[in-house]
Amino acid sequence: MNRYPLWKNLLIGLVLLWGLLYTLPNFYGEVPAVQVSSAKATLKLDAAATTDRIAGALKAAGIENTGIFSDTNSVRARFKDTETQLRAKDVIEQAFNPDASDPSYVVALNLLSASPSWLTSINALPMYLGLDLRGGVHFLLEVDMPGALVKRLDSTTGDLRTLMRDKSVRHAGITREGNTVVVRFRDAAQREAGRRAIQDSTADLQLAERDDGSDDFKLVATLTPQAQQTMRDFAIKQNITTLHNRINELGVAEPVIQQQGAERIVVQLPGVQDVAKAKDILGRTATLEVRMVDDTPGAIEQALAGSVPFGTELYTERGGSPLLVKKQVVLTGDRLTDAQPGFDGQTNEPAVHLTLDAAGARIFRDVTRESVGKRMAILLFEKGKGEVVTAPVIRSEIGGGRVQISGRMTTVEANDVALLLRAGSLAAPMEIIEERTVGPSLGAENIEKGFNSTLWGFLAIVVFMCGYYMLVGLVSSIALAANLLLLVALLSLLQATLTLPGIAAMALTLGMAIDSNVLINERIREELRNGASPQAAIAAGYDRAWDTILDSNITTLIAGIALLVFGSGPVRGFAVVHCLGILTSMFSAILVSRMLVNFIYGRRRKVESLSIGQVWKPEGK
Amino acid sequence: MEFFRIKKDIPFMRHALVFNVISLLTFALAVFFLATRGLHLSVEFTGGTLVEVSYAEAPQLEPIRSALAGSGYPDAQVQNFGSARDLLIRLPNRESLDTSSVSETVMNTLQQAGGPAPELRRVEFVGPQVGKELAADGSMALLLVIVGIMIYLALRFEWRFAVSAIIANLHDVIIILGFFAFFQWEFSLPVLAAVLAVLGYSVNESVVVFDRVRETFKKKRQMSTPAVLDHAITSTISRTVITHGSTQVMVLSMLLFGGETLYYFALALTIGICFGIYSSVLVASPLVMWLGVSREQFIKPKKEKEEAVV
Repeated sequence: MNRYPLWKNLLIGLVLLWGLLYTLPNFYGEVPAVQVSSAKATLKLDAAATTDRIAGALKAAGIENTGIFSDTNSVRARFKDTETQLRAKDVIEQAFNPDASDPSYVVALNLLSASPSWLTSINALPMYLGLDLRGGVHFLLEVDMPGALVKRLDSTTGDLRTLMRDKSVRHAGITREGNTVVVRFRDAAQREAGRRAIQDSTADLQLAERDDGSDDFKLVATLTPQAQQTMRDFAIKQNITTLHNRINELGVAEPVIQQQGAERIVVQLPGVQDVAKAKDILGRTATLEVRMVDDTPGAIEQALAGSVPFGTELYTERGGSPLLVKKQVVLTGDRLTDAQPGFDGQTNEPAVHLTLDAAGARIFRDVTRESVGKRMAILLFEKGKGEVVTAPVIRSEIGGGRVQISGRMTTVEANDVALLLRAGSLAAPMEIIEERTVGPSLGAENIEKGFNSTLWGFLAIVVFMCGYYMLVGLVSSIALAANLLLLVALLSLLQATLTLPGIAAMALTLGMAIDSNVLINERIREELRNGASPQAAIAAGYDRAWDTILDSNITTLIAGIALLVFGSGPVRGFAVVHCLGILTSMFSAILVSRMLVNFIYGRRRKVESLSIGQVWKPEGK
Repeated sequence: MEFFRIKKDIPFMRHALVFNVISLLTFALAVFFLATRGLHLSVEFTGGTLVEVSYAEAPQLEPIRSALAGSGYPDAQVQNFGSARDLLIRLPNRESLDTSSVSETVMNTLQQAGGPAPELRRVEFVGPQVGKELAADGSMALLLVIVGIMIYLALRFEWRFAVSAIIANLHDVIIILGFFAFFQWEFSLPVLAAVLAVLGYSVNESVVVFDRVRETFKKKRQMSTPAVLDHAITSTISRTVITHGSTQVMVLSMLLFGGETLYYFALALTIGICFGIYSSVLVASPLVMWLGVSREQFIKPKKEKEEAVV
């Protein structure tokens, strides 16, 4: 009666094997590595080519690596010891950045998991440690949405002014009042004309009429909720993109940049200790400048020969060819309201569409009228250094503030250029509203403390269970170990962030998980006390305890889920492990322990007694 | 080996009134301390900056305090943390303070204050808007736990069990908070997590007892309600003590090896576990009795066949 069918044993065995497999990477520790990532916003990392270059450079220098890995933003090479790592870093640095004063790549020292590649290939990775365990910086940034809204409305005010002039609608002033733009008219007819003009040009504005006196007719424009939503999404996305570009240059191994809620961005930089530098990089604004290209014949040759003509600067285009650009700035990034990739309406070529605000549009029209056939350069300035994003030829006069850059671009390139143009400045200012820095020594100490408390608590429970319940207690202890194994495997698989409260939850969950086995064992003893045969006692003990175990685990799970839903930061780390632990404990405490008990007792026809410790019977029974 | 050799059911219910009076008194005391002293909330809730630094040798606190006051932080609290070599500096948020550079300014001040060079261990800065949200989220989590558990118990058992389990366990929560208020221990986010975990955990204790109550009601028809409760508690007491013992061993291990960060977390759990045993067994059960639980609520009434007269 106490036998599991073969499939059930196999299933439990498979689950345990899976647990072991995914727990394995945690035992390998970390090895030194060198990471290469792009240092410039205009330079995109080509993973395959970079991998080859690293391999080539290392081979030429006679340095052995233990594997090269790549993802979208970086390529990392592993080495067997720190000494090799340092030598390799120098070699790679020289290969990738021949000009040390103007590095195109960030070559940084790093740590990688040492687990063999067959484990990595089945996605078995070590647990993802939180910042409190590995050290690093955590920032919570809040995007100033009211600020972004005001900025947007200010540019709308200018746009409306231009619109009214173009459509020759007479108005008596356009001003921004709070979150609205108010357009004044002298009579109702002009107002009607104004309303039609606005509605024809944009769908983003909601218009309402207001009369404040006989000759004061007003049109009050507000952004539609939809437009506001789009603006918010746009602002946060653009800020995240910009942050990505900037953080890449720090050479952080696994930066986390995520949106949290509607207006917040979480930035986590593991291993970064220099908070001041990190903040500087986060807060820095890149600027965009539009300038004219100096196409005077002979000027470029003269510049390359060493004497740059007065009033110009020498830059390198994305393709690598030199470009001589005038120092005079035509437009700055402030005038750019949007940049989107798309297609040319006529030729269907990939293109980038720019939108300028009213003032920008006017300047642009004037400049393009005078310089048809000439080239203009769009430059991105970061850290005081400029990069040419693109240098298109002006084909005709461009008015209306809608500019299209096309020709000789692939779709991917169009995307990149649009992104870079947008990255020119943060869409909305951001403020740091939470900061957490953990030093590396504290991180290592936290791991040790968490590990020690789990270990000693676990051992104490095992000693007690074996002493009190003898062989059955040993089975319970093995089930508890299986629980720990599965929990670690699950955490590794999900790559859930493990924090110190998470380790505490692990310890606590183990302490609580033994409850199920205590319930079962006490039930078995009780059945024996009441005179049941050993086999019957086992069956009844497991059956009857099941209801109670389910009830008590569900109530605990309710608390865990509430913490998961409403918790943030350390509480969430606790809740994730707590909830997962409850689930794994149900599996191991009931199925694994039953399987073991079945193996020990279930096969025998006649069982004299169970090794479950002394079962005391009151006299008279 | 067996710890509990109980011949007869222990008459817990005879002393029900005494237990309830004890609970009421501790509860009143806890509320009193919460009201008069309040909780010592951590930076996470109040907003502010916390800087933990470590020195190679124990530094003098007074020069550090005056140096910080000189840099514009006269309201800085400087304390030893764990050992004499570790310092914890707390700075409240102020309107005029430039929040983004507080930690750097503090570190620069410490470096210039003379004496041994400090090593930065940890910085925590929480803006005022975040603190309020955390407090609100914490209360929402508490509410969700209470409602969720009550609904589950009401469905699975009976509303009387749900009500008494929640009252018993909320009383645990208040008592834990009372301890934190009385000793002015720091109430941080992990402590909040511990409090909510205790809520789930000690309800599970009541569930085990209630499970037995239900079973006994069904099996033994001649027993009176107090006798059924006595029997249920007596037959689960061995398991109660062993389970709580095991959990407490883990928590104790955290208290001993977990260091400062886990200290208050483990402390909250310890109080919760001790009072959890007491309340779920000796508070919840009498409450169920006062609320008038009886056998009829568990045995489905058999429909009597109506005899039709033709």
